[in-house]
Amino acid sequence: MNAMGVALSVMVAGYAAGACLAALAPSPRAARLITALGALVGGSGGLAAAIIVFATRSPYDVAFPNLVAAAGGVVLRLDLLGALFLALVAAISLPAAVYGITYTAAYEGRRSLRVFGLMFNGFLLGMCLVPCAGNVFTFLLAWEFMAVTSYFLVMTESDHPETRHAGLWYAAMTHFGFVLLVPMFLLMAPGADQTSFADLRAGAALLPAAVRSGVFVLALVAFGSKAGIVPLHVWLPRAHPAAPAHVSALMSGVMIKLGVYGLLRVAVDFLGTGPAWWGGLVLLAGSLSALGGVLYALAENDLKRLLAYSSVENIGIIFLGIGAGLVLESYGLHALALVGFGAALLHSVNHACFKALLFLATGNVDHQAHTRNMEQMGGLIKRMPQTATLFLIGSAAAAALPPLNGFASEWMVFQALLSGAQIPRPEVAIGTPLAVGVLALTSGLAAACFVKAFGISFLAMPRSEGAAHATESHWSTRAVMGVLAAGCVLLGLAAPRALGGLSRVLVSLSPGKSIAPAQTRAGVWLLSPHGIAQVSPLLIAALLTSVIVVVAAVMRVRGLELRHADTWGCGRIRQTPRMEYTSSAFAEPLRRIFSELYRPAEDLSVSVHAESPYFVRSITYTSQVVPWIETAFYDPVIRGTRALATHVRRLQAGSVHVYLLYITGALVVALAAAWWFE
Amino acid sequence: MSRFLALVVQTLVAVALAPALTGFIRWLKARLQGRRGAPPWQPYFEIRKLFGKEAVVSHTASWIFTATPFVVFSTAVVVASLVPLVVVPSGPFVAGDLFAAVYLLLLGTFFLALAGLDTGSPFGGMGASREMTVVALTEPTVALSIVALALNAGSTSFSQIVAHTLAEPSAALGSEHLLAFAALFIVTLAETGRLPVDNPSTHLELTMIHEAMVLEYSGPYLALVEWGAALKLLIFLALAANLFVPWGIALSFSPVALLIGLVSLIVKLAVLSAAVAVLETRVAKLRLFRVPELLSASFVLALLAVMSTFLAR
Repeated sequence: MNAMGVALSVMVAGYAAGACLAALAPSPRAARLITALGALVGGSGGLAAAIIVFATRSPYDVAFPNLVAAAGGVVLRLDLLGALFLALVAAISLPAAVYGITYTAAYEGRRSLRVFGLMFNGFLLGMCLVPCAGNVFTFLLAWEFMAVTSYFLVMTESDHPETRHAGLWYAAMTHFGFVLLVPMFLLMAPGADQTSFADLRAGAALLPAAVRSGVFVLALVAFGSKAGIVPLHVWLPRAHPAAPAHVSALMSGVMIKLGVYGLLRVAVDFLGTGPAWWGGLVLLAGSLSALGGVLYALAENDLKRLLAYSSVENIGIIFLGIGAGLVLESYGLHALALVGFGAALLHSVNHACFKALLFLATGNVDHQAHTRNMEQMGGLIKRMPQTATLFLIGSAAAAALPPLNGFASEWMVFQALLSGAQIPRPEVAIGTPLAVGVLALTSGLAAACFVKAFGISFLAMPRSEGAAHATESHWSTRAVMGVLAAGCVLLGLAAPRALGGLSRVLVSLSPGKSIAPAQTRAGVWLLSPHGIAQVSPLLIAALLTSVIVVVAAVMRVRGLELRHADTWGCGRIRQTPRMEYTSSAFAEPLRRIFSELYRPAEDLSVSVHAESPYFVRSITYTSQVVPWIETAFYDPVIRGTRALATHVRRLQAGSVHVYLLYITGALVVALAAAWWFE
Repeated sequence: MSRFLALVVQTLVAVALAPALTGFIRWLKARLQGRRGAPPWQPYFEIRKLFGKEAVVSHTASWIFTATPFVVFSTAVVVASLVPLVVVPSGPFVAGDLFAAVYLLLLGTFFLALAGLDTGSPFGGMGASREMTVVALTEPTVALSIVALALNAGSTSFSQIVAHTLAEPSAALGSEHLLAFAALFIVTLAETGRLPVDNPSTHLELTMIHEAMVLEYSGPYLALVEWGAALKLLIFLALAANLFVPWGIALSFSPVALLIGLVSLIVKLAVLSAAVAVLETRVAKLRLFRVPELLSASFVLALLAVMSTFLAR
């Protein structure tokens, strides 16, 4: 057994042992520790396997043909693309597992931590196996395993009605995607016994163009529902807030990226890209998701729902990169296309890092302030200084501010889209600049959104008792968040290096073709496709720091007198939290400007004094933003499904004789079909 | 080495000139309105005075409030080192391109908005909310203007864009250049808090955007914030001048070329700031909810600029 085999065995054994032993643990406390220990061992194994593949640059195959032989056996194949996503899963799972030790302590006595440990490790195992899968059966098995275990994790707090509601949405959407995956693979498979990914790749080359496009659209919808593109994103803002914080971090940071992995695997690896309209479709999906995600994030008052919508936005940015790559590839601009795919991969890694950090920080706030509603928070920077600083780093990265990591990948997406504008076709030459405009608006709105997320939650005065009495949470949670924050900074400063590493993945996706010169020249520079425009996050950081140091030194030498006083308030006597800007108020201008999109339901009732209408007794104002696009899109679907189910129910007569008739009928039809096709 | 020195000196010149630019606009506005007005160098006295005063910090404020002036000032300085002023920055000391400049300025605004919220004052929150709204809505126009310029030059780097316009003087009067210039000029007014989007000289809190956000600042902190804002104005005006009308900019490091570059920069800035001053005396402030209309008009201009680059090919 070689090193690779050992690493993969450790991964599977670690997770399996963590799951089984946690389920049998003697006490809740032991269950928590075993859960984390199993996840740590398994994650280290997975990370080691991914690193070995990266270092040797050769894929690793292992097959168990006798395991469920009827379905083609279990085949694992870890190539560079798979290794990247395996590394992503494993790397984020380590801090999440450590965080879980203290976070789940609050569940002791209220929930079964044994079941939680079982499902948590099962979830991680499923996620690690998806990028390792080498045939259809293994892939679908891992995919479904991941979906089912994560369903139970979402349902951890199943005594809340909204959690059960979220679980239903999640289960429905994830199985909708699964239902589309099966015909997609069926279309691609050349024969019943040829379901390995190599066969699919060979078979896809021989398919007629219409079938290839059919496969692509199925892949886009199926994997898009997992990734959370608009309008298939509905489960994200429901499931993410319901799950425990570290599970949300994994789901939002990593699990939705496996949708990106699936799309890249099918569209780029198996199908080897296609006509330009594929890219156009992905660009459209990406634009809708980016803009829709950030606009709904802005209107949100629940911090975790805000982050979930922000994940929709970031998936949109990733899809913009993929779409630009597909369009460029269809015009034979291979080197430029790789910039788009590279930008998408880089943003996947970056988003995983900062979104995991933000969800973990939110979990701390939720546990301390006992609320996820930003209108109830405030002043937490004084009560939880380190959590606040870490959340600020994550926010700045999410707003794509230099020199942090979000900036580097968004810059690459911009450059990829800009290359598209040079294609002399009217629809491309106008479409890609529009996508640039969408991306720019998205990043501006994201900055506004994260000013709100950080500013309203952490700054000024506490708006509730819970926020006023919050304290810093356990040191281990802050330590793992510190690791993730360091990741955000390092991935930003060393973005050219990271992109150099990703270029190996890109080369492996399309062997035999040359790679853009811009990406092989790793250094401190991110280079545009033609190498003319360049940006160096490292240099930007150095310049910013040196100017700040010089100015601060000058101020110190001159002497700075400080006096502390009350905030100025037009002569009012005392400042209270009620005077502060709230989350709703902050988003109000944008809510008005985009009112058509939000269509807020507002209700204002003023009760006046009986004597005179000029004396107001009380004013009640409620405003609620229900994403009407979601209801407009899904209500007919839900109604239709209900009506269909009512009709189908008539088949269930309850009589054994009728069922026997069905069975006989089915048998006759099957035999007739077999005879006919013979 | 001379290149590096030229860049450092040029950045310092920009930092030194910035207050004079705001002073000049104020002085010219006063003259146009029939007032005497303070002399153009008045902002230097104000900055000096503010640096000598004590700073009052709210009890509610956190370290964000005290760190923000440094971030705002330093982002403006770093952007000033990227943009073409007297010479075109090129070579290994230039940290970024047009996109990097836009995002660096966004970093400053991000912190300024946080500082506005930090004191818990309703004015700060209001300013922060409005500023972020305006900034978010200007981003697509800025990006599309960059695209229009970059499509001609084949790059988003400043030196390439300037070199392209110098090589093809007819491009400067091309429709795409004129449209992009108009779009960028509207954005300049919005981003730097000028009329008709924001009124830099208002004293009514409810009409303020930028000034409401920085209402709590005093002493040296206020000096840094104001200086940073002046530098931002200079950067935007210099961009509008040098990206579209680059003639006069120094192409070598000979003293004569540098002198011509400096003089032409000052002349261009004077012309543009005179335009701003005339505009500010002629138009009234727009209602906040009319601002998106202005900004979407600028977006359409930028989109037309991109389309005409395509049609011209």
